[in-house]
Amino acid sequence: MKQLIQATIAILVVSALLFYAAHTLSASGGNSGKNTVTIFNWGEYIDPNLLKQFEKETGMRVIYETFDSNEAMMTKIQQGGTAYDIAIPSEYMIEKMKEEKLLLPLDKSKIPNLKNIDPYFLDLPFDEDNQYSIPYFWGTVGIVYNPNYVGDLDFSSWNDLWDPSLKRKVFLVDGAREVMGMGLNSLGYSLNSLDNQQLRQATDKLITLAPNIKAIIGDEITPLMINNEATVALTWSGQAADMLSENEELDFAVPQEGSNLWFDNMVIPKTSKNLEGAHAFINFMLKAESGAQNADYVGYSTPNLAAMALMDEEVVTDERFYPSEEQRDTLEVYKNLGPDYLGKYNELFLEFKMSIR
Amino acid sequence: MQAKTAKSSLFPYLLWIAFFVIAPIALVVYYSLLDIHGHFTFSNYQAFFSSVYLKMTLSSFWYALLITFFTLLISYPTAYFLTKTKNKQLWLLLIIIPSWINLLLKTYAFIGIFGLYGPINAFIEIIGFDPQQMLFTDASFIFVSVYIFIPFMILPIFNSLDRLNPTLIDASRDLGASSFTTFRRVVLPLTMDGIKSGIQVVFIPALSLFMITRLIAGNRVITLGTAIEQQFLVTQNWGMGSTIAVFLILFMVIIMLITGQKDKGGRVR
Repeated sequence: MKQLIQATIAILVVSALLFYAAHTLSASGGNSGKNTVTIFNWGEYIDPNLLKQFEKETGMRVIYETFDSNEAMMTKIQQGGTAYDIAIPSEYMIEKMKEEKLLLPLDKSKIPNLKNIDPYFLDLPFDEDNQYSIPYFWGTVGIVYNPNYVGDLDFSSWNDLWDPSLKRKVFLVDGAREVMGMGLNSLGYSLNSLDNQQLRQATDKLITLAPNIKAIIGDEITPLMINNEATVALTWSGQAADMLSENEELDFAVPQEGSNLWFDNMVIPKTSKNLEGAHAFINFMLKAESGAQNADYVGYSTPNLAAMALMDEEVVTDERFYPSEEQRDTLEVYKNLGPDYLGKYNELFLEFKMSIR
Repeated sequence: MQAKTAKSSLFPYLLWIAFFVIAPIALVVYYSLLDIHGHFTFSNYQAFFSSVYLKMTLSSFWYALLITFFTLLISYPTAYFLTKTKNKQLWLLLIIIPSWINLLLKTYAFIGIFGLYGPINAFIEIIGFDPQQMLFTDASFIFVSVYIFIPFMILPIFNSLDRLNPTLIDASRDLGASSFTTFRRVVLPLTMDGIKSGIQVVFIPALSLFMITRLIAGNRVITLGTAIEQQFLVTQNWGMGSTIAVFLILFMVIIMLITGQKDKGGRVR
């Protein structure tokens, strides 16, 4: 009994000490809500040096957290446990978050650098007049491949993925909308299709792709492509740009039947406790220098014209990653499908995944 | 008087069970009866009996069975020899330590180890074979899962073997039983409890593994755990996610009943 009491007291003392230490440490960091900016972003989606620069310029502290899907991000913001000041969702999710009243309107007088953004990316249907969102990056979905291992396939058509020579070679990204979108596009349908028959056909067609599938994974595909462990992968353009810069052999193509054009945008969720800091951060990221540095680091396409002027000419004229406006016309932006069809897309995607054996 | 104090000292535990065991399960059951718009329905249960989910349940069971089988196959002899070593507590500690490292970290390490340019393929090449892509296969998935579960299986088996009275084995040998018969008739029955709790702590979590299915098996293997994660985080269909969870709880109860220690009364006799 005596030993038990001693052990209990020891544990309590240690806990108290740890609590005190943690408390003083966070107090010296000025972690009071007013002085911190909490950013919620995709993984590998910002140059960490920019966060340091921002801290230096403003004296605010940045807390940086990452998510791996729009849906996971929205769930966390809905639950409201953390006071996120900035989040970076994709366009269809902004539409949904607007409906659910999870976003705060922006005060554009505090974002003078908005003038740097290409007008093409402003005032888009998902957020007219940019009341809630500011473009961060944009891009497409396509196929990254190693020309040395795929014969004369050039992936100008989605149907090239079905080529028998690619048995057990194709990697897909683990996203219902990307994969279902590919299936729909390959049949010439819209990737926002709400037609049950088209969805059924697309799923059946995807199931015939099963023998060619090696794996369905997430960001882990990047090192595999770089190390030549994988030869063909369905992925986002920016991720492909990352791979191409590390492995010169690789190439990227957006099939002609059409694909997805997406925009990721900075928003201020209603959980924000530091509106001043959130606006300052958006304005900071829109500066020409920050935009260029970030685009260099992340590899996605920037909507920032002033930043593009500072970047390598070769990069910003590469039509694989900065398609011309004409090419962009064959691409489609994801629409918010509503819960019923989002559920349906996911059920069908699951059915497809189950067919891979 | 004494009975009264005993009852009131039980109160905090009852409260705990009510809040953290009964209430969550009740919530899961409640959500499983709601559709995507929040209306009351049994359609989730209907959907569970569609071919997709039945197939998934069967394959979850199959993989969990394989994982448990191989874990037991490796763990029992390991635990047996551990009890025979000199510094058995030290050896045991060395086996337990890897389980302190984060699961995800260990899984990522295997991506490198199994890679086309990883150490295993380097070795395969040295002994004169072509390098193989080992990631994203059933074998690699089962290997990594077994590796992760081994400490959890060894611990209960080691404890029951360690408690085994060695004079019983001597007696059995003295009475003329071969070492195989001794093992089958004496050691195995007396360590059955350890094996059963080992199976419980491996089989049940193996049914709902989810990160490894993506990282190592590349979603070629889909367990009920993956489906629950998808339903909650991606589809946001909490109803369907809860329904799968209800079935998972049911399966767990069944497994607990099968491997439960109902033979306790028998032993006294």
